[in-house]
Amino acid sequence: MAQMNMIQALNSAMDIMLGRDPNVVVLGEDVGYFGGVFRVTDGLQRKYGEHRVLDTPIAEGGIVAAAIGMGVNGLRPVAEIQFADYIYPAYDQIVSELARLRYRSAGEFFAPVTIRTPCGGGIRGGQTHSQSPEGVFAHVSGLKVVMPSNPYDAKGLLISAIEDDDPVIFFEPKRIYNGPFDGDPDKPAVPWSTHPKGDVPEGYYTVPIGKAEVVREGGDLTIVTYGTMVHVCEAAARRLGLDAEIIDVRTMVPLDVETLVNSVRKTGRCIIAHEATRFGGYGGELSATIQEECFWHLEAPIVRVAGWDTPYPHAFEWEYFPGQARVAAALRTVMEAA
Amino acid sequence: MRPSRLHIPKHHSRPGEKPDFSYLELSPAGATRRPDINTRVRDMNGLAFELVRVLDDEHKAVGPWNPHVDAADLQVALRHMLLTRAFDDRMQRMQRSGKISFYMRSLGEEAVAVAQGMALRPTDMLFPAYRQQGLYVVRGRPIVDLMCQLLSNTRDMCKGRQLPVMYHWRDGNIFSISGNLTTQFPQAVGWAMAAAIKGTDDIASSWIGEGSSAEADFHHAMLFASVYEAPVILNVVNNQWAISTFQGYAGGEHRSFAARGPGFGMAGLRVDGNDFLAVYAVTQWAAERARNGFGPTIIEHVTYRGAAHSTSDDPARYRPKDDYECWPLGDPVERLKDHLIRLGEWSEERHSALAREMDQQVTASWKEAVTYGTLTGPPRLDAHLMFEDVFKEMPEHLRIQEAQLRAELAGK
Repeated sequence: MAQMNMIQALNSAMDIMLGRDPNVVVLGEDVGYFGGVFRVTDGLQRKYGEHRVLDTPIAEGGIVAAAIGMGVNGLRPVAEIQFADYIYPAYDQIVSELARLRYRSAGEFFAPVTIRTPCGGGIRGGQTHSQSPEGVFAHVSGLKVVMPSNPYDAKGLLISAIEDDDPVIFFEPKRIYNGPFDGDPDKPAVPWSTHPKGDVPEGYYTVPIGKAEVVREGGDLTIVTYGTMVHVCEAAARRLGLDAEIIDVRTMVPLDVETLVNSVRKTGRCIIAHEATRFGGYGGELSATIQEECFWHLEAPIVRVAGWDTPYPHAFEWEYFPGQARVAAALRTVMEAA
Repeated sequence: MRPSRLHIPKHHSRPGEKPDFSYLELSPAGATRRPDINTRVRDMNGLAFELVRVLDDEHKAVGPWNPHVDAADLQVALRHMLLTRAFDDRMQRMQRSGKISFYMRSLGEEAVAVAQGMALRPTDMLFPAYRQQGLYVVRGRPIVDLMCQLLSNTRDMCKGRQLPVMYHWRDGNIFSISGNLTTQFPQAVGWAMAAAIKGTDDIASSWIGEGSSAEADFHHAMLFASVYEAPVILNVVNNQWAISTFQGYAGGEHRSFAARGPGFGMAGLRVDGNDFLAVYAVTQWAAERARNGFGPTIIEHVTYRGAAHSTSDDPARYRPKDDYECWPLGDPVERLKDHLIRLGEWSEERHSALAREMDQQVTASWKEAVTYGTLTGPPRLDAHLMFEDVFKEMPEHLRIQEAQLRAELAGK
């Protein structure tokens, strides 16, 4: 075991896969010589060469399209989109092509592409460096969608994504690259070495796609969340002294319905929390699924906690971010309902 | 038979290596011909591969592209460039000391925005990227207003919503900067098409970096501009660097960005971007061409990004430390200064005095700006502003969320 932050864990996953499989290639803006603007690909080009780790032009559509072509020709591309906010020029290639290639060719063609992209706010990035568009991709049939909340899962899930023959959109919450974040920006930063999930095996292992994790068992209520919000919700529940069962969804598609349902049937109460905007967000899908499966066990309406339905504002980052206060309000509502 | 091979663009130099700009195709000052503004594209294709230069090594203005600008106007240009530089320099330091969250300097590229801003009419619509702050200086927006945007304070034109440097100025005819690359390039074409539909003689001008020309929106802009012969100037500021990758990764290795023009049937000019007079002259030419119905022009400005991409990266990681000092086209401020001195219209003393004056102006502006609040200090904008302007009228679901936020903040 080694101490790793999320950046090192993701780097390790790509390092291992580049070493194990000669068909794995990494491509993206500034990922080669420079090692990525967040250093996630640091050292990989030096180790595996310019034909395995490629700097690309600033063309997200081109990056994804080229990755599809490479994938069709037998490679296993790991494409980086520098910020999730910049993924939209590639949207047509992802939605109309990558997601449907296997389906429309009756399984004859497929492209095992992984698209890594940093998401989420909390770094004073304003509206162009803070978005959480996972719901936009979860809505598209044919894409697997993943978002880890810690270094251990990040590495294991990325290896699974690279080995997966289906396309995976892999969201990396950049606020927790260097340490878990409980939603309070005034507190000193905490490194991953203080967190059990900062212990990461140096070698190969996988965390399965499609499996949620019960982060904390509890009886009072269920909190269904993912990404940075896992840590925010843990802190909020602790502050209220609640015995919350916290579920880290980890994979938006395919969704591990069973883990959610078992928990909510046990607790009878549920809040859902994500950083993305609320309206039409992924939380709606979670809420509908839980309601359909657990209606007769619910003792209170499900409450969603999310970012407001506005672009992510630079000056009001912490008023926008669904921090502990917003989570706590939802927890109280659900606990106080009859 | 040999197998196909993957070509990887070769950087001219990396950290620890000697800067090498031998790849740059240069033309001597005054050597490039100046066609009439109504010249057919096929009769001027060669210009896209040459380099329009006016200032020679002796600081004289030479050749057919000499725009014969009055010395008084050149002194104004110097003032604009020095103010831009002093502003950039101070804002960089303010970011380093934690007063603002982010900044992007235009060091070494000041002539592009300043000369173009001066060559265009105030009614022409500008669609800049994030490194043309000189346009705001030329059009007379007080820098205290720009600082208020950087501080996201109570006088921020963006009402706290945008990352620093993403200014806008409707009354000054400068469009809102998005932050996403190249998106405004084809929008400028649409604006110009509207000018033609409405029958006005206004034109549009837009700027991107050479790295951003890789985005598909570059193609959209070129195509719509050429198909409709829109009155627009499309500028590619080739400052050699897109964060850590050099211009070869945007397709500039042994190729000209201006030459993308002729492929679309559009005039293409390649200009020394650090030569104020040359940039002024080609802009005047392209503006006149567009205004008189002879269609769009793509201008490649050959310059150098003297500073980091932004305050978020360290160029020492990807290019030699002395790369900028070795740049063969010099410094735009120094070159214009030397030209004015040669004309007998300027001196080192006046130059130093002007630089000091600009510094003092920046200092005074900053002192004023912070009285309107800072990113973290009072007075602060009311957070409810984040719910406004999502739509013209606030819908019910945002009213509810606004009330939730008020309750959330009251409970803290």
